[in-house]
Amino acid sequence: MIRSQVLVCGGTGCTSSGSQKIKEAFENEIKAKGLEEEVKVVGTGCFGLCAVGPIVIVYPDGTFYSMISAENVPEIVEEHLLKGRPVEKYMHHEHDEAIAEKLPTSLADTTFYKKQKRVALRNCGVINPEEIDEYIALDGYQALAKVLTEMKPEDVIQTILDSGLRGRGGGGFPTGRKWSFAAAQPAGKKYVVCNADEGDPGAFMDRSILEGDPHAVLEAMAIAGYAIGADEGYIYVRAEYPIAIHRLEIAIGQAREYGLLGNDIFGTGFNFDIKLRFGAGAFVCGEETALLTSIEGNRGEPRPRPPFPAVKGLFGKPTIINNVETYANICQIILKGADWFASMGTEKSKGTKVFALGGKITNTGLVEIPMGTTLREVVEEIGGGIPNGKKFKAAQTGGPSGGCIPASLFDTPIDYDSLIAIGSMMGSGGLIVMDEDTCMVDIAKFFLDFTVDESCGKCAPCRLGTRRLLEILDKITSGNGELEDIDKLEELCNYIKSASLCGLGQTAPNPVLSTLRYFRDEYVAHVVDKKCPAGVCKGLLSYEIIADKCKGCTACSRKCPVSAISGTVKNPHVIDTTKCVKCGVCMETCKFGAIVKH
Amino acid sequence: MKSIAELNAIREKMKNKVVIREGEGAIRVVVGMATCGIAAGARPVLNEFVKDVTDAGLSDKVTVTQTGCIGICQYEPVVEVFEDGKEKVTYVNMTAEKAKEVVEKHLKGGNVIAEYTISNK
Repeated sequence: MIRSQVLVCGGTGCTSSGSQKIKEAFENEIKAKGLEEEVKVVGTGCFGLCAVGPIVIVYPDGTFYSMISAENVPEIVEEHLLKGRPVEKYMHHEHDEAIAEKLPTSLADTTFYKKQKRVALRNCGVINPEEIDEYIALDGYQALAKVLTEMKPEDVIQTILDSGLRGRGGGGFPTGRKWSFAAAQPAGKKYVVCNADEGDPGAFMDRSILEGDPHAVLEAMAIAGYAIGADEGYIYVRAEYPIAIHRLEIAIGQAREYGLLGNDIFGTGFNFDIKLRFGAGAFVCGEETALLTSIEGNRGEPRPRPPFPAVKGLFGKPTIINNVETYANICQIILKGADWFASMGTEKSKGTKVFALGGKITNTGLVEIPMGTTLREVVEEIGGGIPNGKKFKAAQTGGPSGGCIPASLFDTPIDYDSLIAIGSMMGSGGLIVMDEDTCMVDIAKFFLDFTVDESCGKCAPCRLGTRRLLEILDKITSGNGELEDIDKLEELCNYIKSASLCGLGQTAPNPVLSTLRYFRDEYVAHVVDKKCPAGVCKGLLSYEIIADKCKGCTACSRKCPVSAISGTVKNPHVIDTTKCVKCGVCMETCKFGAIVKH
Repeated sequence: MKSIAELNAIREKMKNKVVIREGEGAIRVVVGMATCGIAAGARPVLNEFVKDVTDAGLSDKVTVTQTGCIGICQYEPVVEVFEDGKEKVTYVNMTAEKAKEVVEKHLKGGNVIAEYTISNK
């Protein structure tokens, strides 16, 4: 009889820091202690707090162990699983000292989890994603059963419409409306497609859902198929997500074996099956028309809309295409009702949203919060604030299509419309936090560099326009900018926005526009004063040794990779600025604070 | 799968296996499992509790867990039952048979078995 379960995170983050070895160590050690009949080891999906992985949770107490290594395992098995004494030194400690005094023993008690509301992520870190039975135990496939036996297709669509669910992939289009367009098309071949081509740098919620709860997506796609009258679905997933693909393959196999995919599901005569297609990593294939073109076997390039996919989509047939996180909400809406879902969030943005917290923040990881939670709550409370006592400068949402939110708008509620209003966007939910050491011009350049690489080249505004933008930004950050360049930037941004064919180009200038809007003074400082206020842009930096402080220890000159520092022992050294590559190693090396950068 | 009954059967069968991860139930049964407890036979007691609570279908209400030494080693195996709003009940000198009885009468029936408690010593 199993009295205790050890859950080991098998998400990508924890796997890459060795969680498979930890899982094996637990299994071996438990066997050695003769506990295999009493304690079970379960591999799960992502718990969300990736910053402190690998994570191990021991139930029934829910004890939360963080940053575990295989060497710690024997002690945990001996002390905790055999003798019932949780090993405090390996348990997670809060960063906030006031809270840390009362050691949280369980994950649910941490500040990181307290404010979260898990709908799309509800099974991530709870079930073993490779076991369909565990999914079924937590009401899995009940929504599909309900839909097939109790609801008409139009009732399903009405429920989704009433819930107010909007697409979680970026645009925020009402999901129910998309479904109703496709349902309204004449009966015949139709398709349901899942967009799992998560390409925004920094976003990984779709990957975590596929890794942690793949059946939730399969079930929702079947429901969508019933609602619009389709019998075939495709999941377009990035080939760079091997764990997600592996678990999807297992899940599809198990669902077929149980007859939850295939013909005559639940004896209702409804047929639905799902196929996988792997993306080769082109960012543009996250755009829906390019994605469909890629599934068809062609080069992933967007096509003009209309016609929209709901009318003429995959292989020319009516198609709905939704993002992974959107699907992950569907079953819960069916089971708990549209009202329950609509009771969360704000007036126009219902439900919850998953964010991938990254950048200069203590708790990097995955959080799911009700819409309308303020940026401040996410960064300071859930995210644990900014490390090393630095000041919050801005947050970037929406990846290369989004924009930066400055500290002055820290209390903005996070929902689709509020973010659009301040020049950013929800995007897929990447949230990158920046502190005072981040240069906003450099950030804009980083994202532009990405879009230039990823532009598919089909339309000129995007292909050429983004490259020209990047060139101007390069000119500015290398210290050769002129004031009129800033105006040129703005003008060009607006051209690209209005003339590009697809979402990639239409949103590509956003990082530039929003940094210009809130941090214009930084652009001006680069151009007029030839200075980078944050001290990032190498072309505008110079390092100098303060002779009074230099003890002549020679440490810096030995470290300098280009031998730009000269001087004799116990005498002040000098940097040859013509040789200096501005790597900053000398400054890090100096123990006396004698080196400064301008 | 040809019917919803089949789906529900799997759900019921599996529920006990995952309910342990849904947080703590209203009642907590804590078995002392330090060296003294294990030597006195706490493992069979703990296992009996786990088995009987599951069999009785109480898994969502009752959490069976373990703790270290609580300092009354002469009375081991010791089992404490915590329930919100009620006084803690401490059973002493437990055996697997007594555990079975506690699940039946106390956890299921709501009646504390006074003669097994520490106050009766």
